[in-house]
Amino acid sequence: MSARRTFTRPARLAAIAPYLWMVLFFLVPFGFVLKISLSQTAIAQPPYLPVFDLAAGAGAIKAAFAALSLDNFRLLVSDDLYVLSYLRSLVVAAVSTSVLLLIGYPVAYGMARLPRRWQSVTMMLVIVPFWTSFLIRIYAWINILQHDGLLNQVLLALHLVSAPVVWLSTDSAMYLGIVYSYLPFMILPLYATLAKMEPALLEAAADLGASPRTAFWQVTFPLSLPGVGAGALLCFIPIVGEFVIPDLLAGSSSMMIGQTLWLEFFTNKDWPVASAAAVVLLVLLLAPLVLYDRLQRRQLEGAR
Amino acid sequence: MASATNKFSGFNLFSLALGLAFLYLPIVILVIYSFNASRLVTVWGGWSLRWYSEFFNDRAMLDAAWMSFRVAATSATLATLLGTLAAVALSRGRRFKGRALFSGMLYAPLVMPEVITGLSLLLLFVALDAERGFRTVTVAHTTLTMCFVAVVVQSRLGSLDSSLEEAAMDLGCDPARAFLAVTLPLILPAIVAGWMLAFTLSLDDLVIASFTTGPGSATLPIRIYSEVRLGVKPEINAICTLIVGLIALLIIAASFAAKLSNARGDSAAPL
Repeated sequence: MSARRTFTRPARLAAIAPYLWMVLFFLVPFGFVLKISLSQTAIAQPPYLPVFDLAAGAGAIKAAFAALSLDNFRLLVSDDLYVLSYLRSLVVAAVSTSVLLLIGYPVAYGMARLPRRWQSVTMMLVIVPFWTSFLIRIYAWINILQHDGLLNQVLLALHLVSAPVVWLSTDSAMYLGIVYSYLPFMILPLYATLAKMEPALLEAAADLGASPRTAFWQVTFPLSLPGVGAGALLCFIPIVGEFVIPDLLAGSSSMMIGQTLWLEFFTNKDWPVASAAAVVLLVLLLAPLVLYDRLQRRQLEGAR
Repeated sequence: MASATNKFSGFNLFSLALGLAFLYLPIVILVIYSFNASRLVTVWGGWSLRWYSEFFNDRAMLDAAWMSFRVAATSATLATLLGTLAAVALSRGRRFKGRALFSGMLYAPLVMPEVITGLSLLLLFVALDAERGFRTVTVAHTTLTMCFVAVVVQSRLGSLDSSLEEAAMDLGCDPARAFLAVTLPLILPAIVAGWMLAFTLSLDDLVIASFTTGPGSATLPIRIYSEVRLGVKPEINAICTLIVGLIALLIIAASFAAKLSNARGDSAAPL
């Protein structure tokens, strides 16, 4: 078997270029984030100190190391602004993910029960919005939700409200935008597990006297849990760091950490604090990321 | 065939229809209002192409669109090359040193908050003293989108039987030829889909591009974003409609390509 010519070795060689690329442009940059999170803010270009200067020799590098400090992290834990941002991000992500599950599950379940040829059509219909721009979809909602937008017009015409309701710059608008944008990410993994399920299992449950409802909760739902996990992580992790949606749809009274980081970086030009905020965010997301990596590997590579 | 428990019920239809309506209605409304003659979004002033001509006379917006288009085409092509290589390595390379790190690095960007990816890449570019603009955004987008390509191609490779390649090699092909003659045609639909996904993701990205671009080279989403912050503007509706139309064309082309290659695959594989 091993003497046979196989594809394995050349396939491994194929890894070289993407491997180097990802190390350089994905892994190494985290090192810079960490380093700058330990630096001090400076009014300079780039706006932080110390700047490593390899040409200046070992003494200078030693001095640079000595100047590293945890001040930015101290700031993060002592300032309510940051602590509240992190808390808000986690809460928003948890609530949105639950709502997404509640909406996405019935849709995915409906898809999985369609006749085969319709399944691929609806699958396509769910994927297409994922291909259209995030920004466009949020903008579409601003159109609808604004003061004299379509929603208020419809509500006024139906005499459901007597004056236009403020929808924009509220938490409800933000939740709506998040659920809308992430729905395909929730539906697809759920559908993937539900469609794979053996229909004979439900028939067996029915033959053994289970009502459809019991069969669902005893058979279908437990078997779909990997899909639930994948969908939840696929939504939860990026929502925690979401910037565009809260920025455009939520009010300015409280911010998610993605907005805080953006503000520190672009408005306050405080790169060290922004980097420290990114490091803490990454640490918060480490456990879900590892879990997600496991699920993804199991799904794509059939690993245990 | 289907027993009573497996039937598609009224509730299933209802939730499906509601879900799809929720996904599509806002975009439909956006498209309709891009043809509104009135400046006021609330008032329907009849059909008009006024906002489209406004866009085609907006120099800054056109420059941004051109920049986005170049970045998307370049980065999607690079990402397709690298992502396909990565997928082949992961799905045919079995175990190799550093494999867990490799797959981790490829899967993590799919969910990594964009603010983190964008910030870290910017800090790298600053450290390398790279001039920020077209090249840095292209590199950043390649990094993000090659992961999507890798996943799409890898799942296609996973559904293929690797014994086909082995048979080709038993018959005297060297690995490179076996790959080009057997594997590549079979995964081509996934590669095409991967390229298109990479292209649209790049065209769409605001956050990473904001971090990694320099002054004077804004991408289309960056321009749209700064306009949207100031409120709804019919011209933006027109631009968005054009983007949606472009993407719809791409998807139709892709599904035709998939259908063609599927038909060919079916007739070629009556084994």
